[in-house]
Amino acid sequence: MTFIASREQHAMPSDEAASGRVKAIEVTDLVTHYGTRRILDGISLDIHEGEIMVIMGGSGSGKSTLLNHLLGLLRPTSGTVRMLGRDINRIKPMELHALRRKIGVAFQGGALFSSMTVGENIMLPLREHARLDENTMRIMARMKLEVVGLANFENMKPSELSGGMIKRAALARAVVMDPAILFCDEPSAGLDPVVASAVDDLILRLRDATGMTVVIVTHELESAFKIADRICVLDKGEILTVGTVAEVRDSPNGRIQNLLNRRTEEALIDPDEYLRRLTSDLL
Amino acid sequence: MTILAEEKQGVTIVSLSGEIDLQTSPEVRKSLLTHLEQGKDLIVDMHAVGYIDSSGVASLVEAYQTARQEGLRFSLAQVGQGAMRVLQLARLDRVFTIHATVDDGLESLKPAGG
Repeated sequence: MTFIASREQHAMPSDEAASGRVKAIEVTDLVTHYGTRRILDGISLDIHEGEIMVIMGGSGSGKSTLLNHLLGLLRPTSGTVRMLGRDINRIKPMELHALRRKIGVAFQGGALFSSMTVGENIMLPLREHARLDENTMRIMARMKLEVVGLANFENMKPSELSGGMIKRAALARAVVMDPAILFCDEPSAGLDPVVASAVDDLILRLRDATGMTVVIVTHELESAFKIADRICVLDKGEILTVGTVAEVRDSPNGRIQNLLNRRTEEALIDPDEYLRRLTSDLL
Repeated sequence: MTILAEEKQGVTIVSLSGEIDLQTSPEVRKSLLTHLEQGKDLIVDMHAVGYIDSSGVASLVEAYQTARQEGLRFSLAQVGQGAMRVLQLARLDRVFTIHATVDDGLESLKPAGG
């Protein structure tokens, strides 16, 4: 797989230069709690520029919490998140604002504004963050709609779109500023297999054309195997493994295989434990 | 980012170099539209463009449409691989006239039989 170099490369430390892999995102010993409950337990993960990293895990694995940390929406109990060379929890608000201009986010439900047309939704980041002529912004939005296959839907409202169209419109908005890093939260969830596959193809095409880094949170196994360069498998707030599709698919680790086979540990009943739960503290 | 313009054989050659992004594309847009006001065919020499984003491509699109409305010919020359991928993503490589070199572009603009 080839792609052009992203322009948003930060100063390359010598060890990274030597390995030829520049880190777009570097998570180190990340720990976070909700109240007293530990949600992420020492997560360390490097995501390289230009790669598609898929973060997988079952419900409660911590993958959505990790995504929120990567977006700078949560502050960790301890540990660091560096994005494009900057510690996002230690930079000034103005610097964080500038950094966020270099990322795009496609939220799970699309998060399109229902009162705006699709075109207006896509132009919104440009109006907020760029000083461009109106014509330039319109052409940019229409180019992105063309890319995602929604060329004739500019003047429609989100309520008039199907689920797959909303996902694609959300992608168009996420990439309208040509971000260095694209985050996608469950991009193919809830879509029929054909539409889901089309969304996956679109993400691949965008990455290949622009060289951007893509981080995808999903529980869709088929989608992950199709588009990931590497997969990070989370379970109970810990990383079980990080590896290529083949490495993860062929892992001998039982917990990983349970996850891949969609057999959660909760579903694997331990009869003795189950009986104990049902009968404890009986009068 | 720098913009240089010259005239060859009655055609305006606009040479772009450096990075064309959200900060610099307004200048590119303004320059192209201003040169088109002179009423001459225009070739954009892209060989020294290291990076172009969607706003830069949008500026080229607007200039192309303006040229068409004015009955002028507008083309790109020496489009690098990176810029070409951006054009291809939006299928704009099928819209623009793209020449391998500026000289090829000038040749194509010569009157038939001339």
